[in-house]
Amino acid sequence: MAKEKKTAGSHVQRTLTQEAWLRFRENKMALFGLAVISALILVSIGTIVYDLADGQELYNKYVISQNLRLKLAEPSAEHIFGCDEYGRDLFFRVVWGTRYSLFAGMACIVLAAVSGGVLGAIAGFYGGRVDNIIMRCMDVMLAIPSMVLAMAIVAALGANMQNLLVALAIPGVPKYARVLRSSVMTVKDSEFVEAARAVGASDGLIIRSYIVPNALSPVIVQATLGVSNAILSIAGLSFLGLGIQPPTPEWGSILSSARMYMRDAWHISVIPGLAIMLCILSLNLLGDGLRDALDPKLKK
Amino acid sequence: MGKLILKRLLMMIPVLLGATLIVFTVMELSPGDPALAKLGSDATPEALEQVREEMGLNDPFLVRYGSFVAGLVQGDLGRSYKNDLDVMDQLMERLPNTILLAGAALVFAVAVGVPVGILSARKQYSFLDNICMALTLLGASAPNFWLGMMLVMLFALQLGVLPATGMAEGSGFLASLILPTITLGLQSAALLARMTRSAMLDVLRQDYVDTARSKGITERRVIFRHQLRNALIPIITTMGLQLGVMLGGAVTVETIFAWPGIGRYIVESINLKDTPCVLGAVVMLAIMLTFINLVVDVIYAFVDPRIKSQYNAMTKRRTLSNG
Repeated sequence: MAKEKKTAGSHVQRTLTQEAWLRFRENKMALFGLAVISALILVSIGTIVYDLADGQELYNKYVISQNLRLKLAEPSAEHIFGCDEYGRDLFFRVVWGTRYSLFAGMACIVLAAVSGGVLGAIAGFYGGRVDNIIMRCMDVMLAIPSMVLAMAIVAALGANMQNLLVALAIPGVPKYARVLRSSVMTVKDSEFVEAARAVGASDGLIIRSYIVPNALSPVIVQATLGVSNAILSIAGLSFLGLGIQPPTPEWGSILSSARMYMRDAWHISVIPGLAIMLCILSLNLLGDGLRDALDPKLKK
Repeated sequence: MGKLILKRLLMMIPVLLGATLIVFTVMELSPGDPALAKLGSDATPEALEQVREEMGLNDPFLVRYGSFVAGLVQGDLGRSYKNDLDVMDQLMERLPNTILLAGAALVFAVAVGVPVGILSARKQYSFLDNICMALTLLGASAPNFWLGMMLVMLFALQLGVLPATGMAEGSGFLASLILPTITLGLQSAALLARMTRSAMLDVLRQDYVDTARSKGITERRVIFRHQLRNALIPIITTMGLQLGVMLGGAVTVETIFAWPGIGRYIVESINLKDTPCVLGAVVMLAIMLTFINLVVDVIYAFVDPRIKSQYNAMTKRRTLSNG
């Protein structure tokens, strides 16, 4: 996602991106992360396209509709992940659940990164009083544990997808504001910006072509790691009954109902958790790899 | 040093005011009429109006916020809509349990994470290092509520050696603390191990370490006095951050283990739509987090004389320019 944005830039940028890709490619763990995340994104898109194509027939038949004969059935050849407490096939539920975690997590972070990024960029570019006011507000937001703030917002606004996204995006805003502010501040006074100004480049051009691309890589890194946090929070809130509501097959909400059946049916508790873990692990590996690739200064 | 602490304490005030304002505003947005919640649906309009007036619900927003802060300063967070119990009393009853759990989790995280990190750094790229780093990657990726469920399934349901939920009194207390502590602390232990490893790697090959060694200092002293001490700043930063994460994580962990702390109290209050309790508990957690950040900053100055002298130089410059 982030990669495409970068390649669309000028000639100099493209070589930088290529260099970053060369460094990234050497990191086997990061490649593994990239592969898994790409696969999960394909799965999510696949399920959405499939639902659109067959009018949610499969979704209703296997993911939502109950079949009490198969209640808590163990994994078998027919149902490789077994069945849940309503006899729904767990494999379909976990696969169909991918999109909620992944896309909701990404949407949250895009929301947080854009709003935080704009605030941080304004603070960094103008400095002085504007900077002071914005950053003090960000400090205040950081004083509330993010999970708790998100819970309070969901509790106040009601538990649905939209509110959940807002609730999880808001606590994330200060992080991006800080990251972008500090990169804008370092880039702002650099010689190439001065040179651009000297040859008569406008403020708009300087911001677009010099400041933003240079500030982008820490944001990309932060955002990749942020998505994994957002996914954990979505699952956590759903687990507490404050997020995505059943029967929607969100991983955290599957785990929440699995808690009642820990003694009788291990598979409902184990499998969705492994799915979350795989997702988080891959995002963390990808994020670490991107950080090493995009910021050669950090690499020893 | 005293000045630094005093200055940071004073800086806490606007931060806390802002944080309470955010939480207060958010809770204001919640639909539903508190007077209705208190009296029940069969109350007469007159009675509702009277209660609204008594509770100050007809006052403008800023007046209500002002009286909330005035109450907060005096240790009064109002009363529950549901059972009319004093919110502050309820919080004070649960606060020690949350602090205990978070404290135990932090001790666990440090006791596991730091030694693993040191070991991994000293044996970089060895088999042991690879195993440790693979495990920390897994540990950092497991959601804590799921980890809690797995631990309960293994140790409580399968092996039956530890209690699944609750906080036992007396002799069973330590046993009942083990699973929640590991659940809350494992992710932090993993992150701490990774951070310790990379911080140690930074200082491992510094010249002063060679110098220390060439002077014939024991290896133990080299590790703890010369390497770890210089790697401490990023480790402490991670610890402080993790303690904040734990206060948030306590919400899910306390719910799974039916641990009578503030996190579970928030979840229960949200489910009951008991606004004063949610507000009070969230504000309490914000105060704790701000205080933790202060403590971390003070510890920095203790650990790293450079930061202390920087600060002293700063204040000196300021007094000079003012005078």
